[in-house]
Amino acid sequence: MIGRRSFLITTLMSFGFAFLYIPILSLIVYSFNESRLVTVWAGFSTKWYGELFQNEQVLNAAKLSLEVAAINATGAVILGTLAGFALSRFRRFRGRTLLTGMTSAPLVMPEVITGLSMLLLFVAMEQAFGWPSGRGVTTITIAHITFSMAYVTVVIQSRLASLDVSLEEAAMDLGAKPWKVFMVITLPIIFPAILAGWLLAFTLSWDDLVITSFVSGPGSSTLPIVIFSKVRLGVSPDINALATIMVGIVAVGVVATGLYLQHQERRRERDVQAALASNG
Amino acid sequence: MRPVSAGRWAVISLPYLWLLLFFLVPFIIVFKISLSDIRLGMPPYQPMLQWVEAQVVNIQVNLGNYAFLLEDPLYRNAYLHSISTAAISTLLCLLIGYPMAYGIARTDKSWRNLLLMLVMLPFWTSFLLRVYAWIGILKNNGLINNLLMGMGLIDQPIVMLQTDFAVYIGIVYSYLPFMVLPLYATLEKQDITLLEAAADLGCHPVRAFLTITLPLSMPGVVAGSLLVFIPAVGEFVIPALLGGPDTLMIGKVLWNEFFQNRDWPVASAVAIAMLLLLVVPIMLFQLAQGRQAGGHP
Amino acid sequence: MAETRPDKKLEPWRDRDIQPYIRIERVTKNFGDFTAVDDVSLDIYRGEIFCLLGASGCGKTTLLRMLAGFEQPSSGRIAIDGADMAGIPPYRRPVNMMFQSYALFPHMTVAQNVAFGLKQDRLPKGEIRDRVAAMLELVKLTALGGRKPHQLSGGQRQRVALARSLVKQPKLLLLDEPLGALDRKLREHTQFELVNIQEKLGVTFVVVTHDQGEAMTLASRIGVMDHGEIIQVGTPSDIYEYPTTKFVADFVGSVNLFEGRLVEDEPDHVRVECPELGGCFYVDHGVSAPPAATVWVALRPEKVFISRESPGPGPDNQVPGIIKEIAYLGDLSVYLVQLPTGRMLRVTRPNVRRQDAAFDRLTWDEQVWLSWEASSPVVVTQ
Repeated sequence: MIGRRSFLITTLMSFGFAFLYIPILSLIVYSFNESRLVTVWAGFSTKWYGELFQNEQVLNAAKLSLEVAAINATGAVILGTLAGFALSRFRRFRGRTLLTGMTSAPLVMPEVITGLSMLLLFVAMEQAFGWPSGRGVTTITIAHITFSMAYVTVVIQSRLASLDVSLEEAAMDLGAKPWKVFMVITLPIIFPAILAGWLLAFTLSWDDLVITSFVSGPGSSTLPIVIFSKVRLGVSPDINALATIMVGIVAVGVVATGLYLQHQERRRERDVQAALASNG
Repeated sequence: MRPVSAGRWAVISLPYLWLLLFFLVPFIIVFKISLSDIRLGMPPYQPMLQWVEAQVVNIQVNLGNYAFLLEDPLYRNAYLHSISTAAISTLLCLLIGYPMAYGIARTDKSWRNLLLMLVMLPFWTSFLLRVYAWIGILKNNGLINNLLMGMGLIDQPIVMLQTDFAVYIGIVYSYLPFMVLPLYATLEKQDITLLEAAADLGCHPVRAFLTITLPLSMPGVVAGSLLVFIPAVGEFVIPALLGGPDTLMIGKVLWNEFFQNRDWPVASAVAIAMLLLLVVPIMLFQLAQGRQAGGHP
Repeated sequence: MAETRPDKKLEPWRDRDIQPYIRIERVTKNFGDFTAVDDVSLDIYRGEIFCLLGASGCGKTTLLRMLAGFEQPSSGRIAIDGADMAGIPPYRRPVNMMFQSYALFPHMTVAQNVAFGLKQDRLPKGEIRDRVAAMLELVKLTALGGRKPHQLSGGQRQRVALARSLVKQPKLLLLDEPLGALDRKLREHTQFELVNIQEKLGVTFVVVTHDQGEAMTLASRIGVMDHGEIIQVGTPSDIYEYPTTKFVADFVGSVNLFEGRLVEDEPDHVRVECPELGGCFYVDHGVSAPPAATVWVALRPEKVFISRESPGPGPDNQVPGIIKEIAYLGDLSVYLVQLPTGRMLRVTRPNVRRQDAAFDRLTWDEQVWLSWEASSPVVVTQ
């Protein structure tokens, strides 16, 4: 009985999950509310979805956010993988402490500080070199890559920590040069972690409000900026519709990934059992 | 120790230089501007160095902004209030998150991944939208009030929005996954046989929890708490959407100084002061990270 | 290892004309303040199976990794087949390694794993295919070429690791605790297989292990290590029968050690008085030590005769005692016998006969006589 869940714990845990999900469910339910007063139920309707898809501002913002998020994710993955690899595989090098600090501080740094500091940098650079000229997609992307690469570094670093170093040593021992080892052995094996890092960076960028507000300019409003300006004034049913769509996409993605991973796990279990049985 | 090879430097230098330029240098610039003064035009601050004549440079260092911060009670209150709000929220987050992490760690292996995914799923959906959801719940004619009034338990709506209470809920709600995951990671690694040994020696389960499980889970508690506390201090979105005009949080103050007052120097001073405040917790966090993350020291 | 007649070819270290294949000269490795390998010098000859034997942390793995190129010596020189290995990375050495965890690439099949090293050398596809097939046949895994590592048992994985490390026909193969992960039956079987493969291919092996049984079975010569130093190098029988220090005597097999004083020191015999024995050891060979020096006598448990009757006129090399503990291990019995001085002596005796009730059945608290031949004790001076 030790180690099984007690009734008390199960209850508390369920309360926790309910706490997590009731707000999300409320968003979804109210998105089908006929009434403009979002929380006063007036009947079922999908009209807000229609309105959403005709809202130019929202659609443009979504497109911009998508572009920025994709570029950011790719950039963050490249930089984050390099940093994660360096921190977990290289023993001592000058500036190691600084690199460690710079890749873990963004994880907790309040966004207002990061946003302000990056904007001031861009202004100073514009003053001195003329680049970046004005704030827009470029500055937003650079800012996003800077903070999301820290998250990717953590993901990659922890994956590499659990990857047996002997695999890379064995490859070198058999004649492969370090770059070849990375491309042919390390990368394929940690690929799921890289994918996870990409998705993580994408989500962080897609969702970011504060830093983006500081470093964006006229004409470069991302989706969070548009949403924020709307909801400052109060609830708005088309926002609920947007929320529902986003939750739906994420839920489908998460469930699909979960099922896939479970299937992989089951297949692996079967293989291992077969190997043990065939023992030779 | 052999020197690091050229190939290795190529790997290190790209992220290193990027972060140096785009993460570290900005802080120096913020500090510089916090020592300057507001002016009209772009950029809205006085330059630090001014050529007065050939070969004569005037360096202007204005400590007035910091003096201003210290004098005006608004800022002091905002800092204190931010810290207390963050601390209370972190505690509440811990109280809700610990049983969740504990419960998941004690679930059958086959269900654990599903539960973890359920914890992570809200994290993948928009932070902004999830905070927004609480507006709809806490409003005067929102979900809770409608429910309570509909059941006849109250006549007047309870004011929950635009209060400190709403901010606590907002922070706890948004940062819950950040608390649960490190806690889970630590609890999952714990050896059940320790508890079995305790039971074998006659220890009551509650006592075993307090003297064995809880102390051993401290690294997770510390990591999770810092992951919540530090960003919560500087939170903007939650106090902006769920708090009222008199909910004083330093993140909101900075935002207003920058966007409304257009006073970049003061905003910079606020940022530097916030950084100084958070330097110690940030270093604690990095220490904790260092112990958790693998790789060579 | 199976005893062979002393043949110069199988004991190249005895032949002054043969150059050592691997020369480790005064190699030291420091990690910060910690010295992992301390001024080690070793000569290893072609075709040997050389075992580095020692407890965890004694530096044997570090030494192995320096041979492989994963660590560079802090000082000293390593030469393989005459070529200095300083600064040469692992992927350019004529050395291959079999890792303790096997380190099979999980995303490649068995055949791809074995072919990996050959691919790095850019050999033609046909030749790679043939050599991989030949190697898989040698380790008896021909049918499993298409499987992935997680579909194999532990023993099968070990053979893939072996095949992969041998396919490039390296000058030197390094093995890191090769049999550690296998269960006992498989371990014994694999020990003999390893020796057979090595004899067939003629590759020089350097094996690192903490298991003395493994070292004794595999090795042509053993190097015993402790705290970064090589304590003694010799054949298994040299190490076991003629240990040069207390450490070696105690480390390999079990031993009874007695501290004593040289009372007679002649070129053809010595007599050592040992207070804990309550008598003297008469040893039939000479020892080089200062007069009246303190020495230790090592006596192996299987060299002691145990019987109820007195062994004859003494007074040396015999002592009475009382049996205090008996452990019956099936093939032999272990007796712990307490001497009149209070000290315990460990004796082992093979159970040659199925013991019926009366004959020779020794039991607890029996008075017995322990004796041994003059050639059995070994005197060590450190």
